[in-house]
Amino acid sequence: MEALFCGLVGLFFSVAIYLMLSRHSVRMLLGVAILGNAVNLLLFTSGRLTREVPPIISAGMDALPSGAANPLPQALILTAIVISFSFFSFLLVLTYRAYQALGTDNTDDMRLAEPKDEPMPPLGY
Amino acid sequence: MAAPTPVDLSAALVLTAPLPGDWLLILPPVTMILFGAVLMMLRNRIQWHGGIGVAGLALLVLETGLLLARVAAGGPLTMTMGRWLPPFGIAFTADVLGALMAFVASVAALAAGIFALVDIDSGARRYGFFPFLMLLMAGVTGAFLTGDIFNLYVWFEVLLISSFGLLVLGSEREQIDGGLKYAILNLVGTTLFLITVGYLYGVFGTLNMADIALKVRTIENAPLMTLSALFLMAFAMKAAAFPVNFWLPASYHTPRITVSAIFGGLLTKVGVYALLRVVVMLFPLQREELSTVIAVVAILTMVIAALGMLAQDDLRRMAGFAVILGIGNVLAGIATGTTAGISGAVLYALHSMLTMTALYLIIGRAALLSGGEWRLSGLGGLYAAAPGFAFLSLILFLAVSGLPPASGLWPKVSLVKAALDVGAWWLAGAILVSGFLSTIALARVFLLAYWRPAPERVPGKSTLGRRDQWRVNLPVAVLVLVSLGFGLLPEQPMSLTQSAASSLLEPSAYIRSVFPQKVTP
Repeated sequence: MEALFCGLVGLFFSVAIYLMLSRHSVRMLLGVAILGNAVNLLLFTSGRLTREVPPIISAGMDALPSGAANPLPQALILTAIVISFSFFSFLLVLTYRAYQALGTDNTDDMRLAEPKDEPMPPLGY
Repeated sequence: MAAPTPVDLSAALVLTAPLPGDWLLILPPVTMILFGAVLMMLRNRIQWHGGIGVAGLALLVLETGLLLARVAAGGPLTMTMGRWLPPFGIAFTADVLGALMAFVASVAALAAGIFALVDIDSGARRYGFFPFLMLLMAGVTGAFLTGDIFNLYVWFEVLLISSFGLLVLGSEREQIDGGLKYAILNLVGTTLFLITVGYLYGVFGTLNMADIALKVRTIENAPLMTLSALFLMAFAMKAAAFPVNFWLPASYHTPRITVSAIFGGLLTKVGVYALLRVVVMLFPLQREELSTVIAVVAILTMVIAALGMLAQDDLRRMAGFAVILGIGNVLAGIATGTTAGISGAVLYALHSMLTMTALYLIIGRAALLSGGEWRLSGLGGLYAAAPGFAFLSLILFLAVSGLPPASGLWPKVSLVKAALDVGAWWLAGAILVSGFLSTIALARVFLLAYWRPAPERVPGKSTLGRRDQWRVNLPVAVLVLVSLGFGLLPEQPMSLTQSAASSLLEPSAYIRSVFPQKVTP
């Protein structure tokens, strides 16, 4: 089970990195979205993976049954999902605004903040 | 059927209420979140924003100052959320390092907040400058005071999302261009941090930093080198160290100058703090292994930054490279790994918080004096226009280049000495050469912008009222005087950073504060 998930996480990461290496901001954005999900799966796997044993201490017991699911990674993932979702929506708006304002989604052409032919500082007094 | 045995929960719960004085620990982020919330509710009454915002920052300075005094006198302080004892409850732990960083950060933020009263016009206030600033400070102080590594990630995200808001304040085209690069690269950096936290949890089964520091001594067959290398990469990205520094000069010159001042002063230092806390405190052996890598990164960062400072015409971009130069110096201290080196690194980080904020504010003040001119080639005559301001600038430029009398000298002396003590003459040489290059860059600014006669220009409406004069001069003067005091009376700050460094290298007091029952040798 873990090995399968590791393979899946690896696949997600490679797709995300491939997309983020693109020059076009929309593809980078898709990469960011997949990266967030890759991390969530990774967190999930780094707890332990079990099936069908909820982490509930039944009456008369004072410890979890063996093989119960680990609740902590789920709490972490929930936090991470909320954060990555809000960041993704911010980035989506920002990219759209960048496309409107700069007229391109090619990051090579986005040179407004760092113009190509910037003047040298004065070389003499 | 056995009767249900009553579970003794008292072993896992905090049974005594925290002392009233302990609340100081969470007050800084709580205050800032509350002020941020109130300001958001008052979003239509922007005339109140300035007063409330500055009052909140002044309160923050007071709280962090009291916290620092308490921690310096009584050792690390821990408070646990939700009554569960650590490592189950999320712990806030402040030691001298965290309290010191939080205090200096609040001072820098207060100065920038006062400057903002003039620099941030009503349009930008309507976009929410002050609420964003409050939430940014909540993230910064929370990151400095938390004792849980996942919580550190959450505070990173709090400060990151507020910094996005501040960066694109006003939605100018340059800001959107710079903001896009800043946002994506920083998001990748924090995601890398989260990935490493996931691995860390898989290895240790805990997220509490004191607990990790305990377990790392006994754990075997764990991929600790992978963990520390990934942490190093993630935090170096946040701190803008050399191979991953390009987002900083691409974006830090685009927002309002007050925003740049806050970013340049505080944000990269949060990355530095995390590097100190996680790589130095939690993974001491792995840091030792990585020290050559860190030293090479430090040297490249310093050299690139110093050359970048020399090559810029826009003063704001020059200041961006000055920020990176500071990061290189701090990394040099981390690379040595000795108490003296770490102490020098902490001292440099504090000095850099104050002086980088002041440097951006001085550039902003100069632009106000000359009708919005940022380029070195267009500036001139500042000495004649404002001699007092020129004097303050000179002290600050000396501080940034690491010359007496202000705060730049002592951290650099400690770093060079620490590097020489471990036999790394090349590291010491790089610190000195990059310092020399930055002196040339800043001396050129003073020569051209202050001494050169003012160029002919149409008189703009740059004249400020008497009250506004105070509001822009006071924060600059306060920051420069604090830096000067720091340079003239270095004993107190140096003994504080000394104890911060020794508690990082030997965290038994930190661990004892979280787990009082597990007394460590």
